[in-house]
Amino acid sequence: MRYALLALCLLGGVVHADDVTVKIENFTFNPANVTIKSGDKVTWVNGDDIPHSVVEKNGAFKSKPLDTNDQFSMVFKDAGTVDYFCGFHAHMTGKIVVAP
Amino acid sequence: MAHSHDHDDSQPGLTRRHALECMVWAGTGVLWGMRAGVPVSLGMLGEAATARAAGTGFTFMQISDSHIGFDKAANPHAIDTLKEAVGHIAQLPQKPAFMLHTGDITHLSKAEQFDNATQLIGQAGLQVHYVPGEHDIVDDANGKAYLDRFGQNTKGTGWYSFDQEGVHFIGLVNVANLKAGGLGYLGPEQLAWLEDDLKPIKDSNPIVVFAHIPLWSVYPEWGWGTDDAAQALALLKRFGSVTVLNGHIHQLMQKVEGNITFHTARSTAFPQPAPGTAPSPGPMKVDDDKLRGLLGIASITYEQGVNPLAMTNTSLAEFK
Repeated sequence: MRYALLALCLLGGVVHADDVTVKIENFTFNPANVTIKSGDKVTWVNGDDIPHSVVEKNGAFKSKPLDTNDQFSMVFKDAGTVDYFCGFHAHMTGKIVVAP
Repeated sequence: MAHSHDHDDSQPGLTRRHALECMVWAGTGVLWGMRAGVPVSLGMLGEAATARAAGTGFTFMQISDSHIGFDKAANPHAIDTLKEAVGHIAQLPQKPAFMLHTGDITHLSKAEQFDNATQLIGQAGLQVHYVPGEHDIVDDANGKAYLDRFGQNTKGTGWYSFDQEGVHFIGLVNVANLKAGGLGYLGPEQLAWLEDDLKPIKDSNPIVVFAHIPLWSVYPEWGWGTDDAAQALALLKRFGSVTVLNGHIHQLMQKVEGNITFHTARSTAFPQPAPGTAPSPGPMKVDDDKLRGLLGIASITYEQGVNPLAMTNTSLAEFK
């Protein structure tokens, strides 16, 4: 795995070592709480047979509906906490902590 | 027992004889009344038609969760099962007064999904009163696609009321402006409208409320409830007869609470698991020969002087 990541970095130069994937499965964001550094990218991938979405708590951003295997990425620059939920199923929540 | 999905076997009032009677009636649909939480069979679908013919009441249909655009394993042919449901309604010997659709008409609010759904549903030849599900308002403009089609004569995100032969019908929207960590949501603007709407209605006037997400707390762990439903239900307390019709959970469920009878309808697209019986409420894949027994439609009969309204749930498997 480490070699694969290294290879990707060398090839494309776009994969940040600390980029994070949040899997959406069984109506949960997994992991629900993620800590990243400023400039890191978070990618959500929907593994369920039903659409989900990623909506910032106060509407600062939202993804399009993510059908099965669709994904959505965001780069977070500002330090702080980002709370988000699923626009279809509001009881699904997650949190991104962006360290400076 | 192909008919078993119409009955909650845990209901204490259901005897073996009762079940056998239902088996005899399979294929025509059985009228169910709910008395004190126990289903009571009232007769065959034909009796509802008789009530209508005699001018003492009327019958209307409820379909729900057609999810046009859904093509996953739980039912790759959601359009075909909707077609079957509508075909059955179109062939009823006595034409129902109208149809309610309790939301999730489409899977992803796409124009062609709305077009396909309305074109198919139109083949029933009935006036249709819609409310949106959360899947119907995920277009880029947050529900404009829905309102452009179904929003005439509605308020806010699509709520409205109308009267039919002495029954007051209220279509509510509890899928818009959802809050992080919350359930379904009506919001203060809609609740204020509801209060105003009910003001001139007499206590003795039967009320039917329909909305997508259940207005009672079915299983909050899966989001199956509405955060501010209690405020709406408080406004409905003074009425002698209130029937609440919901969808969203893709399975039959009933509850009686004081003057209010709650029902959830089957989907025409795919079943979902019973609360807490699976890791998530996602689409439930069953054997192909079981699918149609878990999909279906509802017929509701209002008969003057008879309370509460009688509910008939018919699965697609019973259409043949």
